[in-house]
Formats: sequence, structure tokens, C-alpha cells
Amino acid sequence: MAVDDLQRLIELLARLPGLGPRSARRVALALLKRKDVLMLPLARALEETALRVHPCSICGNLDTAEPCAICRDAARDDSQLCVVEDISDLWALDRAGGFRGRYHVLGGTLSALDGVGPEELRIDQLLRRVAEGQVKEVVIATGATVAGETTAHYLTDRLAGSGVQVSRLAQGVPIGGDLDYLDDGTLNAALKARRPY
Amino acid sequence: MQWTDDGIVLARQRHGEHAAVVSLLTREHGRHAGLVRGAMGRRLRGVIEPGNEVSAEWRARLTEHLGHYRIELKTAHAAATFGAPLRLLALVSAAALTERTLAEHEPHPALFAAFQALLRALDESAEWPAVYARFELGLLAELGYGLDLETCAVSGATAGLAYVSPRTGRAVTRDRAGGYEERLLPLPAFLADGRGGAAANEPLIDIRNGLRLTGHFLEQRVFAPHARKMPSARERLIEGLARADTISGIG
Repeated sequence: MAVDDLQRLIELLARLPGLGPRSARRVALALLKRKDVLMLPLARALEETALRVHPCSICGNLDTAEPCAICRDAARDDSQLCVVEDISDLWALDRAGGFRGRYHVLGGTLSALDGVGPEELRIDQLLRRVAEGQVKEVVIATGATVAGETTAHYLTDRLAGSGVQVSRLAQGVPIGGDLDYLDDGTLNAALKARRPY
Repeated sequence: MQWTDDGIVLARQRHGEHAAVVSLLTREHGRHAGLVRGAMGRRLRGVIEPGNEVSAEWRARLTEHLGHYRIELKTAHAAATFGAPLRLLALVSAAALTERTLAEHEPHPALFAAFQALLRALDESAEWPAVYARFELGLLAELGYGLDLETCAVSGATAGLAYVSPRTGRAVTRDRAGGYEERLLPLPAFLADGRGGAAANEPLIDIRNGLRLTGHFLEQRVFAPHARKMPSARERLIEGLARADTISGIG
């Protein structure tokens, strides 16, 4: 391998999340030391994934099949649809195992400053899915941020009149969280969302 | 270079994996950006949200450098508006308007105070729509496009002001509007009488007229000359207010 090729590999690796130039050099050396068991299988896996994995046309999840495994799963509840900002949020919710309905990935949040409007997100696709009639509840699981909350309110407005129940993930004290360490915003949200016990 | 100041978060632009360029409206240094290391981390992500009041320490070698901020939360206003859609839109709209229109590094202490008053009103007061309209009026003044709402442009009278010329931004009394009422912008009483506050029971029509007035001059004098659009949050705020039946129904 020419030095140029190695340098190019390091530069590409350094662009990955969590890696800088120094750690990219360590990764490149580790790969080169284990060419047969690690580097070549990784190269093949990267190529296959790049060629075969596509966004699902229904929910926006990534999968090799169309529609994706979640959309194909007949055991899931068609009446519940969970709206998330990004694929990583879908994966996090599904990993938790508490939701057995369908998902819809928006692809971001509305942002007045970044110029992200409703047309940049997969909101029309969401409204079409709801209009098909099977969905009874839309669970809005956007982040507890100003952008996430603005998007949630916008979606609630757009879904008004569609006949579906709209719910929002709760905000408050996390499991295992000490009140002393919580920020003021979370504490106030938890107080506002308190319930009879 | 180093200073410490109070600030209100206006915007956050991700920079790399963990850092962000954060824009603040500071009390003494105006709109000022800086890099915040760890801004996307667990500790700071909830702090650096539009509308939150922070204490900021800025350091750089030269004043014209971007520099680094060290930020600590003072008051979390953003989370307080989460359950109220129109309050949240007002907060986002105020932050976006300030971020888009104010020049960097120019002190605007009056606007900082007006933004603080708006944040307090959004937290706990039913008067917030009127306070928001006053904030926009103050922003226009800080940008050099202040409206003359104290005396009639025709007669010099200070009482009975009911309209504003969409061209000059000067008030006119009802008597002197003389058949031009339809071409003039209605001037709501809570903006005309110069009182510091605004009652919670301002008629909804007055709130809409107030925002129509400020919106006209923001559009005509600030955004249109630069071929830029008003923030979408403001448009949605206006739509939300147009749908509301009563002032108490706004939330």
C-alpha cells in the first residue's frame, strides 16, 4: 500500500464520529495488523451495507429490505404510530422494548434559524399514513428541546381534525436520577407533569 | 481578551461532534458568538437552548476572533414554555428575530432588558402577547427604525392617536385620519399610550393589530431590503393568534 493510500484511509477514518486524526491512525494500524480477520471483512461489510441498505419508503428506517423489518412485522400494533426525529431515536426506542407499534422518522426538527421548514421533513408522508385510517394514536417522541417541542406542537396542529389521539412522551426525573443533580428545566417540567400517586 | 456578562441564548450551531458555536444576546456586549466546548454533551445540551438566561465568560486573543465561551445556566426559560405552543413560538420568534437582525458586537442594553421582560412574561404572565408586541417595537427602535407613536404627525396632538402611517411610521389621531383609515395601520391603545406594562385583558384584536404594525415595519424596513424572509416561528405565532377566540384561550 502506498503511503498516499494509507494517509487517505486515515483521513477518512478521522471523519467518523468519535475519531480524530490520532485515533484514526491507531484504527488504521489496528486494521492493517489484522487484515484477514478484520480489515477485509470490514471492507466487504462496508461495501455491502452501502449498496444494500436504504431508507424504508414507509417509515424512513434503514434496512436492506423494502419495506423494513419493523414495517413488515405483522405482530406490531398498527393503531399506534410513534414519530421520532431521527433513525437513532427509533433504534433507541425499539431497543427499550416498551413500544410495539409502528414508527415514523421525520428526519429532523423544525428550525426557524436553520431554515428547516415542514417541507424539509417527512410530515406529508406522516399525514398520508394517518389518513389511511389504521392509526388511532400518534405518539410524538421528538426531543425535549425547543426545536423538538416546536415540531411537536406543529404536528399536533396538523393532526387536529384527523380523529387520532395525539400523545407526547413525558418529561421529568430519569430513572436513577437524584433531584440534586437535575437542571432547573427538568425539575420544573417534572413538577408540572406530576400525577396522583 | 476576556469578559464576563449576562446573556440570553439566541442560537446554537453544532461544530464538530461535541462543540457548538453559540450566539448570545449579552447585556453589555450585544449579540456575540463564541465556541462552547462540550455544548452537545449531557451537561450543557439542555442549558444552551434559545431563551435560557446564562452567565457567560468569553475569552479570545483578539476581539475579532470567535473566541470561547464558558457558560453557566442562570434561568431556564425555554423549558417553562414547553407546554404552551404560542408562548414557545413567541420565544423562538424573539430569538430568531434578534439573531437575524441585530449586528454583532454592538451593545443594546435596552433590548436585553426588553428580552428579559419578555422571558419573565412568558414564564408566568398572561400579559405576554402585549409584552411580545412591545419587544418587537423595541427591536425596531434599536435597529434604527423606531416608530413615532407619541404625537400626531398632522396636528401634534398626543391624545386620541389611532393609526400609523405605513410609509413614515408616525402616528395619526382618529380625527386627522381624514378618509385614509383603510390605508393606515391601526394603532392599538396599549402601544399608543406609552404605559410601561400591558394589561392581561388587552382585546385580542389589539394584540393582532400590534403585531400587524410591528410586522409591517420589520418586513418593509428590515427583511425585504435584504430579500430575506421573516422567521417561520413568527408566521406561525401570528396564525395561532388569528385562530384564538379569546385572549385567555391563548395560553
